[in-house]
Amino acid sequence: MNEMTPVKTTLKDWESDQEVRWCPGCGDYAVLKAVQRTMPDLGVARENTVFISGIGCSSRFPYYMETYGFHTIHGRAPAVATGVKLANPDLDVWIITGDGDALSIGGNHMMHLLRRNLNTQILLFNNEIYGLTKGQYSPTSRVGTRSPSTPFGSVDSPASPCAFALGSGARFVARGIDVHKNLPDVLKAAHAHQGAAFVEIFQNCIVYNDDVFAPFTAKPNAAANQLWLTHGEPMLFDKGSKGIALDIASLSLKVVDVADRDWKSAGVLVHDRTNRTMAHMLVEMTDGPVALGVLYDDPRPTFDSAVIEQNRAVSEGKKPDLQKLVSQGQTWQVTKQPHEM
Amino acid sequence: MATAVHKVTPQDAGASPPPEAVVVRFAGDSGDGMQLTGGQFTLSTALTGNDLATFPDFPAEIRAPQGTLFGVSAFQINFGSTAIETAGDAPDVLIAMNPAALKVNVEALKPGGLIIADEGEFSDRNLAKAKYDANPLEDDSLARWQLMKLNISQLTLDAVKPFGLGNKEALRCKNMWTLGLALWMFDRDRQPIIDWLKAKFARAPELAEANIAALNAGHAYGETAELGGQVGQMSVPAAAVEAGLYRTVTGAESISMGLVAGAQLARLPMFFGGYPITPASAILHHLSRLKEFGVTTFQAEDEIAAVAAAIGSSYAGQLGVTSSSGPGIALKTEAIGLAIMTELPLVVVNSQRGGPSTGLPTKTEQSDLYQAVYGRNGDAPMPVIAARSAADCFDVAIEACRIATQYMTPVMLLTDGYIANAAEPWKVPDMSTYEAFPVQFLEEAPEGGFQPYARNDRLARPWVKPGTPGLLHRIGGIEKKAGSGNIDYSPENHQAMTDLRARKVAGISVPDQAIEIGEAGGKLAVVGWGSTFGPITQAVRRARKRGLDVSHIHIRHIWPLPANLGELLKSYDQVLVPEMNTGQLKTLLRDQYLIDARSLNKVSGQPFRIAEIEDAIGAALA
Repeated sequence: MNEMTPVKTTLKDWESDQEVRWCPGCGDYAVLKAVQRTMPDLGVARENTVFISGIGCSSRFPYYMETYGFHTIHGRAPAVATGVKLANPDLDVWIITGDGDALSIGGNHMMHLLRRNLNTQILLFNNEIYGLTKGQYSPTSRVGTRSPSTPFGSVDSPASPCAFALGSGARFVARGIDVHKNLPDVLKAAHAHQGAAFVEIFQNCIVYNDDVFAPFTAKPNAAANQLWLTHGEPMLFDKGSKGIALDIASLSLKVVDVADRDWKSAGVLVHDRTNRTMAHMLVEMTDGPVALGVLYDDPRPTFDSAVIEQNRAVSEGKKPDLQKLVSQGQTWQVTKQPHEM
Repeated sequence: MATAVHKVTPQDAGASPPPEAVVVRFAGDSGDGMQLTGGQFTLSTALTGNDLATFPDFPAEIRAPQGTLFGVSAFQINFGSTAIETAGDAPDVLIAMNPAALKVNVEALKPGGLIIADEGEFSDRNLAKAKYDANPLEDDSLARWQLMKLNISQLTLDAVKPFGLGNKEALRCKNMWTLGLALWMFDRDRQPIIDWLKAKFARAPELAEANIAALNAGHAYGETAELGGQVGQMSVPAAAVEAGLYRTVTGAESISMGLVAGAQLARLPMFFGGYPITPASAILHHLSRLKEFGVTTFQAEDEIAAVAAAIGSSYAGQLGVTSSSGPGIALKTEAIGLAIMTELPLVVVNSQRGGPSTGLPTKTEQSDLYQAVYGRNGDAPMPVIAARSAADCFDVAIEACRIATQYMTPVMLLTDGYIANAAEPWKVPDMSTYEAFPVQFLEEAPEGGFQPYARNDRLARPWVKPGTPGLLHRIGGIEKKAGSGNIDYSPENHQAMTDLRARKVAGISVPDQAIEIGEAGGKLAVVGWGSTFGPITQAVRRARKRGLDVSHIHIRHIWPLPANLGELLKSYDQVLVPEMNTGQLKTLLRDQYLIDARSLNKVSGQPFRIAEIEDAIGAALA
């Protein structure tokens, strides 16, 4: 994205005239509102913004944004976005996907978009279930999930979206919660990152998987189970009474008690968003709070800029001459006139 | 390969008088550089002014075990003083670099034809690998042919001795020694190949010199050695062709240049998404070197991503192109449906190969016609056009770009493994004679408001680039409401949109069907499509010389078909459709016109021989 003069818009400007059709109470409404609320703060123009989605409940999202939008096919949004971005890198491209779309049918494309580092924002709505097809377990569903296709409980291990992203080479990994007030800040950080910005949003499916995230999202559980990360700040939660420290013996993170706000002597780590090892440990943390906010942010040159730059460099000084193109190689002149064979 | 019924006597295959056309096959181990040798022989032949056609035939394995029957790689060239449209039926000359190459290829050789064998390679071990009980060079088993035994390996080693190469590297020059001999036999100039070797080995001058020495030694051998009386120099007079500038071209090169030209004529940058697959990869390779024409190439993670990215680029305002072969096209099918639904331009090139599944990756077939015309979920009409030869690929690719951009639709371009790899002379086109078809993007809302699914007189919807202020809209794979493009599942709208999509494609302007040879009406029409053009033309020409009432019709526009085709076909008593499949165009013609079209099928992975079609013509008219 080129730096441009900020464009003034309001939340209303980002609402399309289409009737929103998610189930009443669906977490998607909150995410839509958070995105629409964030857009004016980004100072971007609606016509330069493109929302590209795959298939699933969340993938209806582009219809509701007053921007350019492309509702593609199941799992392929990252691939379509790659073509869009290489054809016009000035477009601000958001990819909207779900757990099944991004990690099951489209897992291959997601992996390659992340390793190539295509300059886009990826919002993965993770509700740990297939909603649109009426409730089958998904690649992020926990073992034992009972669903129409697993009446006796699922037996396969779930994928961890953020661990997948890091393993694929992502340079930006963040987490948010559909209804949480911090979501716009997470979105802004993703937009500010030059490169593929991967955001997992815990989204509640009220019909098929209600309250699956309640152990850490429900009000009474929030403080003790949400670790909101800030770059350069100690990793504290539960009103500062607990923190995250390094367990040297197991080379993993552990929860420690913090007395009298003295986090230093408790060994609490300071969050460094450019520390890849720490990001890996945060997403692998099994006992303790759920790490939220920007887990990792360390930009590298993007795929689109590299492609455009190579196209430019190798074309420099060359004139696109079709006649020359078709006439190249070893040629010979036939002078005599044709005659009947 | 099936045994052919030859009508050529040993005398016909001799050197005197100068033959009209000669077929030479180079065969060796896949590591012997046979494709390279053949390619250079092709070039020198073209420079002599002969018309020519080639047929590379190589194994699917990159480097099959040495000396084995399935590791044999061959390259056939037909060149002559009359117009050449096929790689020839039976070879006049077979150059066999080892026992396996001899065994696999000798039965195809014309009776009386010449075998040149490298006896240095006919060791007990190699004979065993080729499953020979006895050395065929030593018994009478090759008596039907003329045999020339040379220890090419030793002669090559002697020739390159001064350059101090290791034994293995020195033996790599065998192909150049052989080429030198072939150049002498057919009175060809060595200089273009010497130039090419110098350029190819610019960084290793000693290799260039060794190869040139081998080439010269082979040539000198032909000149000075006392070869058998019947093996002399054959001079094939230059062919009578239209005046102009010529070059050789393969189908893959020609398609690549045609796509570039098409995008330029549409005044668009081009985006090419591809994934490696035989035999389509060559198009990706060619295009990746043409960035100055506004070409972006993207080697995707899979076939689906390749087409999806191409669709994304079209959505963003470039000409999206993807290419593959049958199995890859199958993977792209869902995305092609998306391009049909969202009415975005897209060119899909299918270099057909033997199927189903992995099938015969390096062999040719025309068995994806059903896939192209019918092979999608839903009623999903899509224009399909087919290239008949390497040179023809250029114009067909431009036509595909024209249809895609003018009608806002994906287009399937069918070529095949034979066309993709074969080289033929091409009269360099004058680009100033091509009419441009510049794309007009919609940039402002028309009077009465903007509708993403409004229609022009071609029934095409407007093409709007994201980034255009005031024309924000959303598209997708869900059924669209006519006009507004909003989601609409209603029964009457789906009926209307399905009809509309069919009408748009049916209404594509396609030139009337011409007759290649013969008359409108008569006893028999031989109807073909794609790469069967060469053998059909030759067969019909020969049959007509024998006085038979037969005409040749060759279809480029498979879907929609030319408007006059039905009436034209009904003006013949019989319609014969030779195809390298089990009768796919035949079914389409029967379905569309209720005519009793008959099939001539061949699915052996090999192109038709002229004699096969000629025999079928004779049988039909008997």
